[in-house]
Amino acid sequence: MPGVNAAAPVLDFDGPSTVPITPAKPFQSRLRYPSNRKTIYDRHLNRTLTASTSLPAFAYLFNTIITYHHAKSGSVNEIETRLNRAGYPLGIKLLDLLLYRQLRVATRPTRILDLLQFIHTTLWRALFNRPADALEQSTTKKNEYMIVDNEPVVNTYISIPKEMSQLNCAAFVAGIMEGLCDAAGFGMEGVSAHWASASEGQEGKGEEMWPGKTIFLLRFGEVAMQREEGIKAAGG
Amino acid sequence: MQVRTGVCGGARQPEASHPNRYRRRASPVRLHATGLRVSEVAAMVVFALLIINKAGGLIFNRTFAPGLQKLDSNDYLILAGTFHGIHAISRTISPAPPVQPLPGNRRPPTTGIESMESSHFRLTCFQTPTGVKFLLFTSPEQPNTDAVVRRCYEIYGEFVMKNPFYSLEMPVRVEKFDRALGAYLVRP
Repeated sequence: MPGVNAAAPVLDFDGPSTVPITPAKPFQSRLRYPSNRKTIYDRHLNRTLTASTSLPAFAYLFNTIITYHHAKSGSVNEIETRLNRAGYPLGIKLLDLLLYRQLRVATRPTRILDLLQFIHTTLWRALFNRPADALEQSTTKKNEYMIVDNEPVVNTYISIPKEMSQLNCAAFVAGIMEGLCDAAGFGMEGVSAHWASASEGQEGKGEEMWPGKTIFLLRFGEVAMQREEGIKAAGG
Repeated sequence: MQVRTGVCGGARQPEASHPNRYRRRASPVRLHATGLRVSEVAAMVVFALLIINKAGGLIFNRTFAPGLQKLDSNDYLILAGTFHGIHAISRTISPAPPVQPLPGNRRPPTTGIESMESSHFRLTCFQTPTGVKFLLFTSPEQPNTDAVVRRCYEIYGEFVMKNPFYSLEMPVRVEKFDRALGAYLVRP
């Protein structure tokens, strides 16, 4: 170390060449560890089953995600796409995790209906502690299915301003679903989240009670539909 | 009319007996700026809530009881600004001694007007640690105005602060906040 005399406690600055540089301190992590030095990665996968995080904690994180994407996007559709992409990796990982955590020996769902049931109950229970509210098949298109949630938990504290009334932040959950379906081998055209609008005649009474009612539209790809037809034709 | 100041969040001054309160009913006092007058409304009722931001600007106002005299929005702005100024003045000339904080706690913000009462209404002011003021107008017989205004603060913290589309210090235009406040304060 230039200019530092170990015996002299006083620093003397004779010139720029003798300015002492304090030695770098070794890195000390300030994360808190329990006394047995086990982190979350050492925990058994099933142990975190009953633990739930606080909703406000998630809300603040989700808040930041939305603000970030809102600042970077130009249109409502772009924000929704970004939220969708944000949730996608979660879905891929959740498929394996949830199948692993099931009490009975579970196999990956191979039929569309099984997959939908898996999403409707298992995924929703794992994420929101309750099953989704309805599962419907579209009458107009064969490859469209709808999962209805009366009040998505992610939207609890979010009120959309009037100029962006189309935006539904449950696009994040739609991204999770899309990731899960893709990982299960069903190539999706897309999963999107829509408000249950008043244009539906019979839904009118529904969203008086549930103003936040959201419909997740799952559109299965061509390959998945053909496979499904094939299995059905072969008597599966 | 009695004005009460105290330490925000600390101990209230001891209640002296108030014989004047009942005598004053004979000559009703109306706070000129508010113009709130009750026609025939039940005793336990909340009249209005105003929220003032740090700079003294009004960011939210809503009336809850029917039968109140209508003020136009300009009057509400003037009321908020006036109250903000008076609150600041009362903070500097308050005779209440500063309270010693418990060890380990930050010193609470100094005192200002906490409540103002006339024979027709009571105004409760709750100042948050961030400088936002909640003004609650209730009938004088309404008990627990403290609890009511704190619950309003809770609802504000939930639906306004956790809303990603709300910018700080701007007027509050949050649908869920209105709905929750209506559910809590409007007597059906």
